[in-house]
Amino acid sequence: MKLQDMRSTNFSRFAAERNKLVHTFGALAEIGQEVSNKHNFQETIRTSLHLVLGSLGIMRGGVVRYTRFENELNMVSARGLGDDFPFGMSLCYEDERQFLANGLYPIECDQARVLPFFQVYDRSIGQAKIELFVPLVVRDELLGGIFLGEKASGEQYTSYDKEIICAMGRHIAVAISQRNLMAELERRADENRRLYDDLKMTYKDTVKAFAAAIDRKDKYTEGHSVRVGKYSEIIARELGWGEEEIEGAAFAGYLHDIGKITVERKIINAPYRINAKESSELNKHPGAGFEILQPIRHPYAGVPLAAKYHHERLDGRGYPDGLYDREIPYIAKVVNLADAFDAMTSDRPYRRRRSAPEVFEDLQRNTGKQFAPELVTALLRGMMKELSGESKDKTFRKMLGREYMESEGLMPIVRTALNGLAPTSPLTFVAYK
Amino acid sequence: MTEVSSQVLSDSQGTATVFAGDYLNKLSGERIERECRAKLNEGCREIIVDFSGTEIVNSIGISILMGVIDAASGIGARVVFAEPNKMTTELFDMLGLTRHVEIRA
Ligand SMILES: [Fe+2]
Ligand SMILES: [Fe+2]
Repeated sequence: MKLQDMRSTNFSRFAAERNKLVHTFGALAEIGQEVSNKHNFQETIRTSLHLVLGSLGIMRGGVVRYTRFENELNMVSARGLGDDFPFGMSLCYEDERQFLANGLYPIECDQARVLPFFQVYDRSIGQAKIELFVPLVVRDELLGGIFLGEKASGEQYTSYDKEIICAMGRHIAVAISQRNLMAELERRADENRRLYDDLKMTYKDTVKAFAAAIDRKDKYTEGHSVRVGKYSEIIARELGWGEEEIEGAAFAGYLHDIGKITVERKIINAPYRINAKESSELNKHPGAGFEILQPIRHPYAGVPLAAKYHHERLDGRGYPDGLYDREIPYIAKVVNLADAFDAMTSDRPYRRRRSAPEVFEDLQRNTGKQFAPELVTALLRGMMKELSGESKDKTFRKMLGREYMESEGLMPIVRTALNGLAPTSPLTFVAYK
Repeated sequence: MTEVSSQVLSDSQGTATVFAGDYLNKLSGERIERECRAKLNEGCREIIVDFSGTEIVNSIGISILMGVIDAASGIGARVVFAEPNKMTTELFDMLGLTRHVEIRA
């Protein structure tokens, strides 16, 4: 061979080597990018498999993910393995031990027949012409594996090929590890959510039991706490609060009078107007309620404050602290209205409940003095929706009784009250006809 | 850019021509492979992959082409790579694809 020819042969070999390097390093760079971009796990693995096969001209292959609970390798992505290739492949303890000992390096399937795995799946591996299996081991953990078939060139895998496969395999292992981590996080978040839901259920049951206990102590106002809870819920819903807050308002209502369990039964049940001394005793119940509720961790904010301030008035003439309008926690204003509405619409030891016209006149008269206008509007609007059939809810009917709800002229009364409130409330844009 | 689905044409002689373009180099290139398989199933016995508009073929492209080769060889159909540039031809040669296809300059 002439020197000239030798030079040109050397040059073209060098050029081919260079092209090969550019090609494989391109694939290596892309696989790294693919994994760090974290689109969709399936797509990442599919792309990665293309890159592994395409970088070295490997005719077929597949990526499997190891699931520890089932001790199984599950196919994530496969190319050219045929429909008969198993989707899930079981591993025994010895297989796992050997794969871990081997680490992330290609195993020649032909030479690994001593392992149970290669004996059990000998036929499938043979049929798919799999030559290499790469256990994806990272930090002593088996995450999955890569099956690789023959090269398009028909040549044996070189040690250079195997190094490239290892480098790419490490990226795929990271993708699987990330996926496992995400799945674990999701599982824990799910578990936490379930736990939180359980806790909330326990809380609800406890609160309802408490409400029932309060109401039992006060025989003339049986069901008062539950009704105040329901009315508070309606007001909150009409105010456009979120579901959590609506639930919170209901519970604030259920518990508002919990302080009454510290007040003597004969004062609560007095069938007459109580005297000043008894009255001052009864007026301690908001503070007592706060003392009871404050140390408990409630899933809803404001429950203890609602108990403490549910007898405050906008005009500062309420108790225990005589707070003015903006000083009163909003949830306490909601419960205050619900409480007053129930007091007016239910029988008391010393008087019958008031008629609908009286109630709505009272509400209107005290709007701005005791009650916040938008809250009165919200309550009336809730009632109007039920009366007009706009809402399928039957709360008022259940609380007030059919007779009261069907009493003549109730709808015009509520409508008049609502429209009468319009100028003072931003929430009454829609006049009821 | 033309829709990938219009990249496969077939004539009455049972030959399907695929324009590789640069579609091959992305995951979406799998569509070309799927369509080739469909043509083969319809009875097509020759697949021509036209590289006249292809500047470079990356690893994803190679993998998809091997899928086409695999599908064709399974039923004894022929694959022709038409007009690949010099660099692409060298790459096919280096990776051994030329053992399975006919290169048409
Ligand atoms: Fe009270
Ligand atoms: Fe009350």
